[in-house]
Amino acid sequence: METKENVLLNIKDLHVWYRVYGGYLKVLNGVHLMVREGERVGLVGETGCGKTTTMKSILQILPPGDFHIPQGQIFYKGQDVLKMSFGELQRLRSREIAMIFQDPTAALNPVFTIGAQIGDVIKYSIALEEKKVHKEKIKTLSARALKEAYLPDPERMLVNYPLQLSGGMRQRVCIAMSISSKRNLLIADEPGTSLDVTIQDQILRLLKEIVEKKGTSIILITHSLGVAREMTDRIYVMYAGTIVETAPAKTLFKNPLHPYTKGLFASVPKISGGGIAKGIPGRIPDYLNPPSGCRFHPRCEHASQICMEKPPQLFEIEKDHSVACYLAQR
Amino acid sequence: MNQATNNEILKIENLKKYFRIGKDKRGPIFVRAVDGVNLNIKFGETLGLVGESGSGKSTIAYTVVGMYRPTSGQILFKDKKIGMEAAKRPLSLKREIQIVFQDPGSSLNPRQTIEQILTLPLRLHTQTPKRQLREKMVELLEKMELSPDYLYKSPPSIGGGEKQMVAIARALAPNPSLIVLDEPTSALDVSVQAKIINKLMDLQKELNLTYLFITHDLSLMRNIAKRIAIMYLGKLCELADAVTFFEKPLHPYTQMLISSVPAISEEEENLKPKKVVSIGEIPSPVNIPSGCSFHLRCPYKMPICSEVDPEMIEVFSGHIVRCHLFSKPENE
Repeated sequence: METKENVLLNIKDLHVWYRVYGGYLKVLNGVHLMVREGERVGLVGETGCGKTTTMKSILQILPPGDFHIPQGQIFYKGQDVLKMSFGELQRLRSREIAMIFQDPTAALNPVFTIGAQIGDVIKYSIALEEKKVHKEKIKTLSARALKEAYLPDPERMLVNYPLQLSGGMRQRVCIAMSISSKRNLLIADEPGTSLDVTIQDQILRLLKEIVEKKGTSIILITHSLGVAREMTDRIYVMYAGTIVETAPAKTLFKNPLHPYTKGLFASVPKISGGGIAKGIPGRIPDYLNPPSGCRFHPRCEHASQICMEKPPQLFEIEKDHSVACYLAQR
Repeated sequence: MNQATNNEILKIENLKKYFRIGKDKRGPIFVRAVDGVNLNIKFGETLGLVGESGSGKSTIAYTVVGMYRPTSGQILFKDKKIGMEAAKRPLSLKREIQIVFQDPGSSLNPRQTIEQILTLPLRLHTQTPKRQLREKMVELLEKMELSPDYLYKSPPSIGGGEKQMVAIARALAPNPSLIVLDEPTSALDVSVQAKIINKLMDLQKELNLTYLFITHDLSLMRNIAKRIAIMYLGKLCELADAVTFFEKPLHPYTQMLISSVPAISEEEENLKPKKVVSIGEIPSPVNIPSGCSFHLRCPYKMPICSEVDPEMIEVFSGHIVRCHLFSKPENE
């Protein structure tokens, strides 16, 4: 088993609720997620299952005032993020964890140049150690980061505005920003989804290369099983705010156990042909009044009495392969 | 000649659509969204039109239903030339060609109930008497596996997949023979997509429909389309039936597209052409590169590619490709 040292991030039983008119949206309902040092982890799930909420709670960038965390812990290098002071959180955001968002157009500020925006990231991550930061140093570091993301003519690009670049290039800028200073964990939230397939392929290859070169851990959030398979070592499958299955990528694709995972696999159109399965009936539950017991039971064809009463816990089938389903426990 | 064209429901001939976006000293500036496309669709088939954003695939869809007036070229529907603008088309023709849009959230009026949404096409195109309207609508909803109480719901209160089902029901209401599907599932999750695609395929068999399916998802087309056409910057690159398409992709761009699809099994991985790795970006349709528009990203680039625009060549029967690699000189 792994020693405590090489576990970088460990989320235990995290619950996150959003306050809305008429009550709380119980979005996360006990999320367990663990990332080791240098590991590539995929978080797969459909729209609205709480992937982004999980990631935002790691960095504590949920909409202020509107959320409530009734229970759970997020350990980063052994320290609970939920109990950190503001200063410690700032350090976490500027030195330890970087996030790449889904839509690069919304992530970059349209009224500042690329250079100013990357420069800020570098300035605040260095400023913690060095009192005075030279402008020249920031400029060379920014240009180097852009070059590492394979952007052509980095010096000139520093004075460009985001709207002068194409979508793929903007996402490269966001990646450059996240690697401009040393980070231990990269969170990529659907980095290629808003781009075309051929461009998505380029962005993913770039991310893979950077992660391998720098030995950074990465959490890749995606709704595409194919992307997760090509990019990651271990995959978490999420449904309606709970982790339903986790396994090393190879095992998961060979032997999916949870009915939801199986349904998801069958729904993906394959380039080898063979038609498309029936899909999963129903839709993601209403978080205001989520179903009792297992949150998947209204859509599950194997649902029995116990599924409606008590939510199943993650149950380890073999090393690293856990399933939250009563079927697998029998 | 006549017999050969008889089984075609729709024929697009040399279709061009330029959008004027401004002007400079040399004259007006155009976006060449569709630049000389020839396409035919046979009765009862699904033709997949695949391309990345900005390739002009939606422009073709909108021209077919008459929302855009093309710059030049013509469209034949059931061997008859049809008017280019929806306003000039007879009602009977509009009834036959229907469209389903990409985003059901904006193609359905949020202030109408589903009942109101379905009433218009039924009243306009079918002479359904008022007292049978409800019966007809319930029938339509049942076809889409929605319960009759959906009639009194409004679009914002139902899920994305259900909204798209309603949009399909609306397209089906006037009994069309050709439905243009403009990325009907790209805004939806895979499990919902699977459900809708299955429904569409069942409906096609049941009602003998023809689909022009526009999408950017190649792997989806592999499973449902009979023939696939690839578009790049307003022009067709390759056209072939779905199976040969994946076994023997000819055009370098097609190979690049297939190799970019994230695979979910070893078996799929082996299908990908390894050599062609995606490089570069799609140029702006305002400044289309000279010669073959793909030459800047092409790994097999030859000197001729930047000068001469290749012609469409039929390499095998029914397999058409537009690339200099296959237009070898006759002296060989």
